[in-house]
Amino acid sequence: MPDFARIYDVLVVGGGNAALCAAITARRAGASVILCEASPPPLRGGNSRHTRNLRALHPGPTQVLTDSYLEEEYWDDLNRVTGGKTNEDLARMCIRASQHAPDFLASCGVVFQPSLSGTLSLSRTNAFFLGGGKALVNALYREAAKLGIVALTDTEVQHIQVEDGHATEAIISHCGFPQRIRFKALVAACGGFQANRNWLREYWGDAADNFQIRGTPYAQGVVLKDLLAQGVQEVGDPTQFHAVANDARAPMEDGGLAMRLDCVPFSLVVNRNVERFYDEGEDVWPKRYAIWGRLIAQQPDQIALAVTDSKAVMNFLPSVYPPYKANSIAEIAAMAGFDTGKLEQVVAAFNAAVRPGTFKPMVPDDCTTEGLVPPKSHWARRIDTPPYYAYPLRPGITFTFLGLKVNEKARVLMADGKPSANMFASGEIMSGNILGQGYLAGFGMTLGTVFGRLAGEEAARHVRN
Amino acid sequence: MSATEMSKLDLLLQEATQIESDAYQDARRQMAVCNACRYCEGYCAVFPAMAARREFEKADLTHLANLCHNCKGCFHACQYAPPHAFGINIPATFAEIRQESYAEYAWPAGAGTLFARNGTLVAGLATLFVMLALVLSVAIKDPAVLFSAQTGTGAFFRIIPLWLINLLAGGSFLFAILAMTMGAIRYIRGTGGLGGSFQPAPAAEAAVDVLTLRNLGGGGHGCNDLDDSFAQHRRWLHQAMFYGFLLCFAATTTGAIYHHVFGWYSPHAFLSLPVQLGTWGGVLLCIGTAGLVWVKTVTDPAPVARRLMGGEYALLFLLFLIGATGLLLLAVRHTGAMGLMLALHFGLVLALFVTLPYSKMVHGIYRSLALLRNAREKRAA
Ligand SMILES: Cc1cc2nc3c(=O)[nH]c(=O)nc-3n(C[C@H](O)[C@H](O)[C@H](O)COP(=O)(O)OP(=O)(O)OC[C@H]3O[C@@H](n4cnc5c(N)ncnc54)[C@H](O)[C@@H]3O)c2cc1C
Ligand code: HEM
Ligand code: SF4
Ligand code: SF4
Repeated sequence: MPDFARIYDVLVVGGGNAALCAAITARRAGASVILCEASPPPLRGGNSRHTRNLRALHPGPTQVLTDSYLEEEYWDDLNRVTGGKTNEDLARMCIRASQHAPDFLASCGVVFQPSLSGTLSLSRTNAFFLGGGKALVNALYREAAKLGIVALTDTEVQHIQVEDGHATEAIISHCGFPQRIRFKALVAACGGFQANRNWLREYWGDAADNFQIRGTPYAQGVVLKDLLAQGVQEVGDPTQFHAVANDARAPMEDGGLAMRLDCVPFSLVVNRNVERFYDEGEDVWPKRYAIWGRLIAQQPDQIALAVTDSKAVMNFLPSVYPPYKANSIAEIAAMAGFDTGKLEQVVAAFNAAVRPGTFKPMVPDDCTTEGLVPPKSHWARRIDTPPYYAYPLRPGITFTFLGLKVNEKARVLMADGKPSANMFASGEIMSGNILGQGYLAGFGMTLGTVFGRLAGEEAARHVRN
Repeated sequence: MSATEMSKLDLLLQEATQIESDAYQDARRQMAVCNACRYCEGYCAVFPAMAARREFEKADLTHLANLCHNCKGCFHACQYAPPHAFGINIPATFAEIRQESYAEYAWPAGAGTLFARNGTLVAGLATLFVMLALVLSVAIKDPAVLFSAQTGTGAFFRIIPLWLINLLAGGSFLFAILAMTMGAIRYIRGTGGLGGSFQPAPAAEAAVDVLTLRNLGGGGHGCNDLDDSFAQHRRWLHQAMFYGFLLCFAATTTGAIYHHVFGWYSPHAFLSLPVQLGTWGGVLLCIGTAGLVWVKTVTDPAPVARRLMGGEYALLFLLFLIGATGLLLLAVRHTGAMGLMLALHFGLVLALFVTLPYSKMVHGIYRSLALLRNAREKRAA
């Protein structure tokens, strides 16, 4: 039984990458630290458990990163995906600090490896964790244990008592029993609210019922809501999130990365009304995968169907569930429950619009359509070689962007613009500070590591003074 | 049994081996998840070999399972491990498949049933042979010879005659070699060949993989021997056991060469080649097996195939006892205890030889074949 009578220097809420980076940094700076993770031990580590890499600035090749990736390019990439809806000062600070994120994680026992097969396009910008996010989370928990951090699982923080921007105590449920934790500084690192379907319904209505939550079911946003209700300043658009094209047959929660489908650029994609709705071949997939979840979320019934043929199936990673497979488009449509005649028409119209070109799967090639609306700009080849394949798609929500406003020291700002006396935040719960919309692969873990370290450092400094 | 009855039985047997067990079906389901995820690519040879495939026939799964070194890295790193609904547990599932493949390819056909309760079998046979050796040496030998200190040339063989040693040990060993060779041939045929024709480079790579147990290295920094932390315990302990075993084998072989070629009879001096090889081999064998038993008792049980532990423990204990009795034999060889110790040691070695093709010992062969095939396929890709 942990000691709930004492006053801890720092309480860290959450148990993913952002929380652990904060806890470890604070402890290394001499503070006593208690960390509360809502999930049971095998599911600890939230969305971080599902990740595979982080994006890091580097002036030259490292053991796992090729070439170089400098501040201006990183900033350009971020600025472009967010459409300028970002905070340049915070973003640049985060980008600069990302250079040291891999070394920090390595100092905690995390092992890196060269990029995975099928992800070569990321080998320059993103450092991959050997074994993925769960191996990373395991390493961080081991380091936390070694340092003497009290890390509780099965422990949900339900309420933080805040007075005049000063957090005093937390009401928690520890293994189902109510407890109270007192502390001198607080780090909120407990993710977004994407698993809270009722909250999503406020913005998306019934459509929210068809959203698959890719990651942890514990991202209920309890502490986010609690703190926003007590005068912490809100940041970010509540309707914005990171979402990908998931297999429609995936579990509604925690299906993870293996449920995403990479077939879109090599397919034709229609909605429930059997109409195409976006250029499938606009750009290479790593630059487009993050917009498709939202695109599908905006279609009727939040469902889509990707249709392709046997020429293309080896051009993308295999799906977990077998695709619909048949020798005619009509059969495929019937299997997927889509209108048979219409799908035949759409495929025929597409085939007629395809212009000859040289197919190059890894780069934007010159295989394109003419006179088709919307066009397919690259990788357009006739769908004419049976067997045909089809994959049903749904939006897979990764995390929400609505969050707590912070400054460049990871300190939470109150609604009146004043910094809180002792509250800090890191990770998804403050992602909206930088991500107004859009997403850059590997930025979630960078954000959690950079702001986690800052939050831990500042919390420890606050306690010392 | 008539000829028609015979062929009916054959057909039934064939059918029985074609129906897939739960382990194979589950492995195919799990491979579908892994092949879309691939996070574990850096751990071992299995995942790159998996990524080169889209369909997983039974033969592919058998190959991948025998390629797996049971390092458990991919279990502790898996976001889909139980209690997740996908329940991915590659090490335990592949261990089951390995065991099923040992049974399926055992020779002669039908001998595979011996793998069903392998722990009992190995332990039972070991006890039996030890008892027999003890009883026989007491019954045959005059107690004056058995319990008195034997010295001088040929002392051992006054306890158990050389012809008997040669007959029993040589006979069972030769049979084991035959059975394991046949098993290997059946395995190669049953799993779809060795992935190409002979070439020196992949053969050399496979040999290095076997001799260094590279795949028990977790991609360089170790395996999840005990829990989710990384270490190389099992690798080094297995190396001790493996090279200890080889040294013991070399000791016996040089002993035989001394005897038959040079006419130098045991007992040999402590610093002679056979005794030195045997001593260090015995020490390494004991350290390795004792250490592996220790690892087994303290390791996280979640990725372990419980059903197979009996056979593994039995073999580890048997090897440990062989090493220990060998060393004790050396220590007491000039005293009255030598007779019984020799009978004990001999009984244990005989039990090992008899069970060789029907125990976990065959894994060395199938794993080596899988590594060879993998090295070839990599180059073909
Ligand atoms: C399938 C998938 C793949 C991804 N891949 C990548 C990738 O490769 N690279 C990348 O950069 N990003 C990736 N992301 C995004 C990344 O996971 C997140 O941005 C990052 O992990 C956020 O870390 P965090 O610590 O803020 O949140 P989390 O890791 O989600 O941690 C939040 C923790 O808080 C706990 N919690 C919630 N509420 C409470 C409460 N009230 N009390 C106590 N504890 C609570 C939760 O249980 C959870 O463990 C991926 C996400 C998913 C879903
Ligand atoms: C004389 C030869 C060998 C002996 C006596 C031997 C013995 C053993 C024993 C007793 C175990 C069980 C240990 C445990 O359960 O923890 C084991 C495991 C193992 N052996 Fe061997 N082995 C031999 C050869 C080989 C070879 C050639 C390879 C590799 C190509 C190999 C690879 C492994 C691996 C990877 C394991 C651990 C996985 C498992 O438990 O199945 N062994 N060995
Ligand atoms: S074991 Fe788990 S983490 Fe590893 S490749 Fe398979 S599904 Fe992915
Ligand atoms: S247990 Fe180890 S050797 Fe076997 S597949 Fe998993 S990572 Fe590879």
